[in-house]
Amino acid sequence: MKLEINGEPHEVDVPADMPLLWVLRDVLGMSGTKFGCGMAQCGACTVHVDGAPVRSCVTPAAALAGKKITTIEGISKSADHPVQRAWIETDVVQCGYCQSGQIMSATALLAKNPKPTDAEIDAAMTGNICRCGTYQRIRTAVHRAAELMATSTPEKSHA
Amino acid sequence: MHNDPTLQTAQTRRAFLKTTATLSAGLVVACFIPQTLRRAFAEEPVKPAAPPIPPNAFVRIAPDNNVTVLLKHSEMGQGVWTSIPMVVAEELDCDWSKVHVEHAPAAPAYAHTVFGIQMTGGSTSTWESFEQLRKAGATARALLIAAAAQKWKAQASDCHTEKGFVICGKHKASYGELADAAANLPLPADVKLKDAKDFTLIGKPTKRLDSKAKVNGSAEFGIDVKRPNMVIAVVARSPVPGGKVKSFDAAKAKAVPGVIDIVQVPSGIAVLGKHFWAAKQGRDALVVDWDLGAGATISTAGQRAEYRKLAQTPGAVAKTAGDVDAAFKSGKVIEAEYETPFLAHAPMEPENCTVEIGKDGADIWTGTQFQTLDQNLSAQILGLKPEQVRIHTTFLGGGFGRRANPTCDYVTEAVQVAKASGKTVKVVWTREDDIHGGYYRPMWLSRVRATLAQDGKPAAWAHTLVGQSILAGTPFEKMMVKNGIDATSVEGAADSPYLDAVPAHRVDLHSPTSPITVLWWRSVGHSNTAFVVESFVDELAAAAKKDPLEYRRTLLPEKSRERLALDLAAEKFGWGKPLPQGHAAGIAVHASFGSYVAQIAEVSVADKQIKVHRVVCAIDCGPVVNPLTVEAQMQSGIAFGLGAALHSELTFKDGRPEQSNFHNYTVLRLNEMPKVEVYTVPSTDKMGGCGEPGTPPIAPAVANAVFAATGQRLRSLPLRLA
Repeated sequence: MKLEINGEPHEVDVPADMPLLWVLRDVLGMSGTKFGCGMAQCGACTVHVDGAPVRSCVTPAAALAGKKITTIEGISKSADHPVQRAWIETDVVQCGYCQSGQIMSATALLAKNPKPTDAEIDAAMTGNICRCGTYQRIRTAVHRAAELMATSTPEKSHA
Repeated sequence: MHNDPTLQTAQTRRAFLKTTATLSAGLVVACFIPQTLRRAFAEEPVKPAAPPIPPNAFVRIAPDNNVTVLLKHSEMGQGVWTSIPMVVAEELDCDWSKVHVEHAPAAPAYAHTVFGIQMTGGSTSTWESFEQLRKAGATARALLIAAAAQKWKAQASDCHTEKGFVICGKHKASYGELADAAANLPLPADVKLKDAKDFTLIGKPTKRLDSKAKVNGSAEFGIDVKRPNMVIAVVARSPVPGGKVKSFDAAKAKAVPGVIDIVQVPSGIAVLGKHFWAAKQGRDALVVDWDLGAGATISTAGQRAEYRKLAQTPGAVAKTAGDVDAAFKSGKVIEAEYETPFLAHAPMEPENCTVEIGKDGADIWTGTQFQTLDQNLSAQILGLKPEQVRIHTTFLGGGFGRRANPTCDYVTEAVQVAKASGKTVKVVWTREDDIHGGYYRPMWLSRVRATLAQDGKPAAWAHTLVGQSILAGTPFEKMMVKNGIDATSVEGAADSPYLDAVPAHRVDLHSPTSPITVLWWRSVGHSNTAFVVESFVDELAAAAKKDPLEYRRTLLPEKSRERLALDLAAEKFGWGKPLPQGHAAGIAVHASFGSYVAQIAEVSVADKQIKVHRVVCAIDCGPVVNPLTVEAQMQSGIAFGLGAALHSELTFKDGRPEQSNFHNYTVLRLNEMPKVEVYTVPSTDKMGGCGEPGTPPIAPAVANAVFAATGQRLRSLPLRLA
């Protein structure tokens, strides 16, 4: 089975029904994507498939041939993506376990909607559970990331 | 207690040095090890090949000026990864941008200064280590100054430090340059600590040091650990509390591609696979015949009926004053029954543990709050000495008490699987395993009664609690269960400050047993008692026709820290000012873990749904190390408690938990997060904790607001409108 992950081709030999999450974690050793529930309830395993947020714990890897998969490792290793910068600036993380998924949901939201309202943030992020309750700072950080993205877009800065 | 292997912390010198050997690089400063022990170390010759290593501690300074703080506590979200190094760095006077952090290994040097074992819990980390770690930082600084003075043939008193440098007149040397020389100097007998007014780091809002690793996916949690030839195991455990394996048929499980082995362990049957998916599919195919035992008859309805009966009978008395029975003979008795359910901790990272057994011992990687107990119990299983079991603490994907289990369930089970299979193994729990895996916040029932005096104040107060003891049967029992009273069962009830204002009062306790295993859940007994006491006081205020804030103020001593928190919250909320149409406010104040927290919740109710719009929180936790942490922990405690107040409960039918995953064990989500404002009472009073005290007041604050909004008094959690 061939998969394209973070722009790199990978070939894996796994059962057809094996969810992408476990291919990433246990076969490819990419452990940034987390296991939280196994039934698309908590969002810890969120990755992007062709840019859209997908719960990798219930998505068979076999269904993803020919699609572009992005994981937290593909956002920015140096943590300089505006969403990551906003997260650090806002001091969002606590235990941190859910944050890969939170950031994947937030980046997908902002790619589609560069200036989300609180209600739009609620709608996009409510599928991601955080037991530490970092929700308030997540809201703040999504707004901050929107600002950072707006000011770092070349067209905008010339406008 | 001395015979209890789980609490043995002694280590041989050899093993201790082995631990420290991995830590040595440049200066290693010890402040914790008593002088007598240090002398014992010095008397034994050190092998020529090994450099002489001073007893270990908390600070390591590398030649490149990087400072590493060895963190004896476990980072589980509460922010010790940042706040504890701040304490060390304050006195060390190093460059904060060069501070790095590592979890310390399991070793006696890292024991909790009060509990005597290496552990993180009870919202104690900052206050229990504050002096210890300031001394560690100050001692390191004194040694660096002494090394510089020797080098420059100057007086130490003429030298000063600045952000990682020692300076004396025209001389200037970095800590990194001085570290080796400093490491060979004798420890000063005493060091002077800074005046609080001179703090440059403590008390300043300081961003977390673990953010980067936690936003790019590189932070290593227990579940992320990878070892050579490691296999993954998933364990089939009894479907009801206390059940045992009668027999099992592994044929179908073994036929699942990728399944490597199947072994029986005391907790059940472990299926080992080359990855989680194989192990999980294997477990699904496994056929186990269970001897369910008495656990199969448990039902929440049955237990509740039993608790209700017990609550009508006298229990073990935890606190009493005056003639309570006589006091209840006059006046109108206000009586109420409050209930709180079993709760799972449901940390985002399901339980897991990796074990590698080698020739000279074993290595364990896990997110744990209880290193010493993990080490001792694992050693017992493997027939090793505790120091032969090396605990590698990873980041914890949430703890909330679940990773501080006296039985070390998920660690000892993984050790059993590794031992039985002979393989390096990572045991991974599913979410269903977590929710079904026992160790719940106990279910509680309270019967409370009071009479009011002419002035509306309570004249008599009786509170009977019914619920399982957390500490019974644990190594903490002897320390914390006295005369049949588990201190954690009655905390927040027997020591309620309101009782001092009630001439006749009694708090008593029934501790029924059951096969259901119980454990501390963020804020422990307070998670129950704050709801009961603060709701009931609200009922009394209503009965006395008094304002809920004013009523509390008349019962609490004027200078009490509860009053300070209450007044600050009320002022910041604007208590008494008009609220938007349909909104109402509820108030609660509760002390726990040495901190005093008042919360005011603004709610509205529509279609029987409770919406919490805003929470104003005021805390007096004494001197603050990192204001950003205090704010984060109040938000966190409120979110955790609010999820439980609005949604979470674990119920049993025929011994089976009726919930299994986040679709029916419901917790707070982002769209329900209120706007939380946190204010700190400026305080030089005794330092308290922050991890837990934010949780207890939120449920009663919301319930009281619901009463104000609807007239319905909700006495059972989760809150459900009729």
